[in-house]
Amino acid sequence: MQQLISFIQKYKYLLFFIILQTIGIHLTIQNHSFHKSTFLNSTNFISGNLYEKFANIRDYIHLKDQNQQLVTENIQLKNKIAFLNAIEQTASETVITDSINFNQRYSYSTAKIVKNQYTKSNNILLINKGEAAGIENEMAVFNNKGIIGVTEKTGKKYTRVQSILNKNSGISARLKKGANYFGPLVWDGKDYRKVQLTDIPRQANVKIGDTIVTSGMSTIFPEGILVGTVLTVGDKNSRENKISVQLFNDMSNLRHVYVVKSLHKLEIKTLLNE
Amino acid sequence: MNRTIYYTFIGVLLAFLQVFVFDNILFFEYINPFLYIAFVFLFPVRELRFYFLFLAFSLGLFIDIFADSGGIHAFSTLTIAYVRLFFIKLYFRKTPVDYPFFSLQKEPFGKIFNFTVTLTVLHHFILFSLDNFSFQNFSSVILNTLYSSIFTLLLFFLGGFIFIKKQ
Repeated sequence: MQQLISFIQKYKYLLFFIILQTIGIHLTIQNHSFHKSTFLNSTNFISGNLYEKFANIRDYIHLKDQNQQLVTENIQLKNKIAFLNAIEQTASETVITDSINFNQRYSYSTAKIVKNQYTKSNNILLINKGEAAGIENEMAVFNNKGIIGVTEKTGKKYTRVQSILNKNSGISARLKKGANYFGPLVWDGKDYRKVQLTDIPRQANVKIGDTIVTSGMSTIFPEGILVGTVLTVGDKNSRENKISVQLFNDMSNLRHVYVVKSLHKLEIKTLLNE
Repeated sequence: MNRTIYYTFIGVLLAFLQVFVFDNILFFEYINPFLYIAFVFLFPVRELRFYFLFLAFSLGLFIDIFADSGGIHAFSTLTIAYVRLFFIKLYFRKTPVDYPFFSLQKEPFGKIFNFTVTLTVLHHFILFSLDNFSFQNFSSVILNTLYSSIFTLLLFFLGGFIFIKKQ
């Protein structure tokens, strides 16, 4: 007993150090698994609020850019309405376009990004809506230019979003034209302008400059949301057949986003699990 | 005791500076400084060691909460806080008798430089390895460590020249 006490006396700092270090490594490991993040994250009240305050200041500075973006999107939407009206009025036989071909059963809501990361190897965003606004886990987040990420953990007022610039991210995507080859989008952690499309079969005819869109194969993302264009096609004989994709979105400059709720998620999931 | 409160306050200030200013500075788009570790350099040696270790851990954890990075900052800051005493012995040739009188400002620049460079590189290396969390991209860990260390040290010495009075 005497020896034990003297041992603790002698190494008390080392023991304290090891205890704290264990907590640190535990938190780090937990943070690397989806959905298992601990209570210590930026969705909590204090850090969320502080981030929002600073984001509001930044908001004011970038008003002009954001206005420009909204105007561009408005023009796009107006064109779409005009086009749909024209189809409705002309004939019953119509050309099938993207927007009506994809049977979308989703409800959309808007949110603002209050914290943006794009330089780490596992990037995370924070949006200013949470459970109170009906946000759940595993909902898609995108803006007018393309996909951004998937909600990961909801707080009362804030939600954490796993960015596509995250090594754990694996959103299913496909080529816009041609055959329905699809594969997961991954990120190698190097350049925030590029992501990689993997597991596309070798017989797929991929050309540089082709548009990549979400595939709709998962229950999270609606079909046909823009991702980017093919930058380089990898060596066809490699194991993964990686295709480098240049994102449409500038991930360093994000503010207003849409959050998508998939209304059929439960049904699809129960069917798949049976 | 008064000095302890003073340095605790400096720690809090550095934490907020880190979260709202330095995390947004991106030199060449991906290098950012981690100036908050200056707290570990500056905290007086003679104060309670438990208190110091705990403060260093909390400082790291605070940065982690804002950066959503689990416990990587806490882990690396605690490590350099623990090994600090060893390097003070090594570089400044101090014995426990000298600790109450030890002050970083009174030491020659060369020794301070060695001391801060060692701790900064150690901290950044642990930080980026844990952030990467795999043996892939190990070259990017080394490069990030190198660039960020240079940036952090530059800011630390610039800040030192501006804010700390020479006695």
